[in-house]
Amino acid sequence: MTSTEQVPVDEPFNMAEEDPAETGSWTVAVRRKFFGTYPPEKLLPARQPAYMASWIYVFGVLTIAALVVIIASGIVLSFEGPAWYHTSSFGLFTNSLHFWSVQLFFVFMVVHLWGKFWMAAWRGRRAMTWITGAVAFIVSIGTAFTGYLVQTNLDSQWISFEAKDGLNTVGIGAWFNVANLGQTLLLHVFLLPLVLGALTVIHVLLVRKHGIVPPIDAAAPQQEPVVIDAPEAEVQS
Amino acid sequence: MPMLMAFASALTSDLNEPAHYLVWGFVQVSIGNLVVILIMVLLFVLALVLPFPKGKDES
Repeated sequence: MTSTEQVPVDEPFNMAEEDPAETGSWTVAVRRKFFGTYPPEKLLPARQPAYMASWIYVFGVLTIAALVVIIASGIVLSFEGPAWYHTSSFGLFTNSLHFWSVQLFFVFMVVHLWGKFWMAAWRGRRAMTWITGAVAFIVSIGTAFTGYLVQTNLDSQWISFEAKDGLNTVGIGAWFNVANLGQTLLLHVFLLPLVLGALTVIHVLLVRKHGIVPPIDAAAPQQEPVVIDAPEAEVQS
Repeated sequence: MPMLMAFASALTSDLNEPAHYLVWGFVQVSIGNLVVILIMVLLFVLALVLPFPKGKDES
């Protein structure tokens, strides 16, 4: 795939021909904006720059793979409940799978973070990619912390009462009560995964938009924008 | 040598027992956490130095 090829006018995502009835439609505006920024070949590219052939570029997708296992095992745990995952053998296995995939998630994410930090991955208008990744890291810590709190065992009880002292010390203990199982459970299984999932999607879309960051001593490939909504006359010329 | 003993102890002991800690002044880290940090550093270094397999259409 060359980066300069143009999308034919009869492609479903072509927006060259505007229906007068669509003028002012917000859905059309969103569609134009999204598919203008992310044509299919950019959203799911066939090739990547040569400098990506390094193990250090693998840790981002490893982090996502671990996140998929975390979410899948978490869904099973939430349906079956603690009476199942503390007693049955398959429940204990699923519980352990959830726990250990979190450990791998953090290991992969930290190596990914180090790799991106040392190659200054915010270069080339990639600041928001870096920021969404950093915020996702912080939200992950909160999600993992609330996960420790909802284990419903002695470990979670110990962690919550140790943390309660710390949170009271900084003055947010009444607002974020770690001994309140209902609050921490909802944070862990709904709000924080929702935020983390959204941040991950935005992070990946930004990587697709700006491309994989080149190493500091490598030249970035010339990326010319794919013409997708140019007037028909221009496309045919 | 005491550090090696502590590592061996951390890797072989029951995880339900109290953690072993290393203390240097105000710096305090459990052996378990230190092992995880060292694994991450090792992974990082290996990711930088190990050759990446070439694709089928690359020379």
